[in-house]
Parts: sequence; C-alpha cells; structure tokens
Amino acid sequence: MRNLIVFLARHYFFLLFLLLQIVSLTLVVNHNYFQKAAAVSASNALNGSMYATRNEITQYFDLKDQNIQLSEMNAILLGQLKTAYLDYDTASTMVTDSIHRLRYSYIAAQVIDNTVSLRNNYIVLNRGALQGVKVDMGVITPGGVVGIVREVSDNFCVVMSLLHKDSKVSASVKKDGTFGQLSWDYTNYREGVMTDLPTHSKIAKGDTLVTSGLGDAFPAGIPVGTVMTFEKPAGEKTYSVRVQFTTDFRKLHHVYIVRDLMRDEIIQLKEKAGMGNAE
Amino acid sequence: MLNELVKHGLRFIGLILVQGLILKNMEVGFMINPFLYVLFVILLPFELPAWIGLILAFLLGFFVDLFYGTMGMHMAACTLMGWARPAVLRFMMPRDGYEFGQQPTMQDMGRMWFLSYAAILIFIHHFLLFYIEIFSFREVGMTLLRILISTIATLLLVVVTQFLFYRAPQRT
Repeated sequence: MRNLIVFLARHYFFLLFLLLQIVSLTLVVNHNYFQKAAAVSASNALNGSMYATRNEITQYFDLKDQNIQLSEMNAILLGQLKTAYLDYDTASTMVTDSIHRLRYSYIAAQVIDNTVSLRNNYIVLNRGALQGVKVDMGVITPGGVVGIVREVSDNFCVVMSLLHKDSKVSASVKKDGTFGQLSWDYTNYREGVMTDLPTHSKIAKGDTLVTSGLGDAFPAGIPVGTVMTFEKPAGEKTYSVRVQFTTDFRKLHHVYIVRDLMRDEIIQLKEKAGMGNAE
Repeated sequence: MLNELVKHGLRFIGLILVQGLILKNMEVGFMINPFLYVLFVILLPFELPAWIGLILAFLLGFFVDLFYGTMGMHMAACTLMGWARPAVLRFMMPRDGYEFGQQPTMQDMGRMWFLSYAAILIFIHHFLLFYIEIFSFREVGMTLLRILISTIATLLLVVVTQFLFYRAPQRT
C-alpha cells in the first residue's frame, strides 16, 4: 500500500496526463454520429446565438456579393415562370394546377457559420425545428448542392457540408443520365471526385453534373458541378471523374432547405418493402 | 499575483473567442489552419506547477472543441502539449536556470529561444490534432505537409502577437 502511494506520488504527473489523454481519446473514438450530435447540440444554444450576433455584424461586409447572388437566383427563377415559355396554343390557355403534385417545398435560411478549410466541415443555419427543419433534409442553393442537415435545435441547424469526409451525393451526367457518387477528397474547396460512373457513359470534359434524385435528400436536376478531367483507373470498371463544384462554399449566404412533402410516404413504402432505412 | 491571474484568465477567454469566431472561418488558401489559441499554453509562467498547466491545457482544448464541434480532438492535442511543456522547458533551460520573474516571452528570453520553444510545442500539438482528424493512414503524406505548413502559419501569428502586445525590452 505504501509502495503504491510512493509510486503515485512519484509519477502523478504522467498518470494525470494518461488519465486526461484517455478521457480525450475516448471522446474521439466514441465519436460516432449520436455522440457527436449530443455534443454539438449542447454547444448549440450558446454558440448559435453567438454566431447569430457575429453574423449581424459581418453580413454587411459582403452585401455586394449577396446581392449579385440573389439577382442571379431571380434570373433563374424568372426563367422557370410560365411566361418565359413560348405559348404555341393560341386558341385556349391551359392552366396547370400543380398543387396536387407538389413534392418539394423550400425553407429559406441564412448561413451563420461555415468553414471550408478543415477536413470535415460543418455549416450552421439560422433555421431549426420551430421552422420545420428536420434531420436528413438536403440543403441547396439554386446554383448547387450544399449539404445535409445533421442536427437540429429549436432555432438553428447544423449541416454536414459537401466538404466532409462522410459526404456522398448521388450525381448524374446531365446529357445521358448515367450516375455515380460524388464526394470530396480534400484537395481544395472547389473540387471533388465522382466515382462509380459506368464506362458506357458518354462523358466529356465540361459536361454538367446534376443531382440524380436517388436518395431522399435532393430533388433531381440540381446542378452540382462540371467535369474537369476523367480517367479509368487500371483494373477498375468505372470512371473516376474530377469535378469542379458549382457551389462556391466560401461565399455561401442564402441557402434553401429542401422539404420533401412525400418523404414519410417513401420511408413507409421502403419499410413495407423490407428495405429498412435505406440511406 | 492577482494581476497575473487576471491577465492569464483574459488571455484564456480572448484566445478561445478569437479562435472560435474568427480564425476558424478564415480561408487562407492551400488548407492552412492556424491555431493561435495554443499561445495560452506557450505563455504559461515558468514557475507554474506542471499539473496545473496540464489541466489548464485540457480545459482550453475542451472549450475550443465546443466551437469546432469536434469533441475530444483539441482536448487530446492540448493535453499532449501541456504534458510536453515542462520537458521542453527543462530541455531548453539556460545554463543557470530561469530567473525569477522571467516570462517565456520573446522579450524576456530572446528571439531564438522563443522561436524554437514555440515551434516545438506548436508542432507537437498540430501533429496529434491533424492525425486524429484524419484518423486513417490514407492521407499520411498529405497530412504531414499540412502539419508543417500550419505549424509555420501558427508560429507566424504567435510572433506577430508578441510584437503587438509586448513593449520593447526594458533593459537597464
């Protein structure tokens, strides 16, 4: 017993170090999705309001950028109005009541915290459960994909950016519809890779890539990037494509959270079909 | 004494806020991530008992982790750094020991001493931090490059703060 006390007294510093290090590393290792969510939401109430305050100040700095983005967005939306299409039928006007098949609605949100230079980046938005945000919803800008909601508090949500080790988005080549997996390999924040693209795809440099609509988070046809280069790695049966993202993650201000109105129906159907929670 | 306590306390809070609210969102290019907040551990006084320094470093890491949403990563890196600090200080001790009232700053200890002391501690911290972040052996070389570059970036910031916040040496 005395020896033990002597031992402890002599090596207390190293033992304390060992103890603290074990605590830290346990936190890291057990850092699976649920623990992460708990930690993030614990800091949300404090950090969220702090981020919001900072945003109040800093959002004026890039007002010009924001205006340009918003007017570009308006141009895209105006192009989708009925008046933008040539009306061939002069005799009668057909009114399409599209409400009954409305599938997606969007929640406008502002970015209040965002990083692009870490290996795993997260974005904080100023919309939360009270505004109808739920976990696993997609986040887009009209120009591109941003990420997926991972954690929600009352008034804020944390989005796993496309710039994240675990981010995977199903993307397809716009002109022929073949699809692959888009992810980020951490070379810089404007570029990513698309893998698993079948070799019969008639892909070419400069082709536009859009979301495929597979998976629950994003509607089909949202641009994600353009093809920079592509190659067929030796011994594989698929292309590996280097992609330039259309979203400039450093200049994110106004984004839209995608609410899939038929999500519950799809999930129930999948469960019935025994597909479990297909992610 | 109380004055010193207040000074270190303010530095603790100030550095955490600067790191969590400003540096975290800065994109310097080529994936450079400066972590200026380690300056707090670097500037802890010589005569502080080692175990208090260790616990302070651990707490520092905890608060930074809250901002980054990365529970444990900064804690582990800071703890290693707090543990290494007394050893580094012993290793770098001048022949006749540290004088009473001296602080581990550039002004008190000279440029070469401070630069090497800070560089060693920063490198230790970044090394563990970046490898935990990757948590795999896939990007080993790339990560080492990032560690070196970010160490230089942090060191640069540390030196700049030394020039900003400390007056010219008052040698008599």
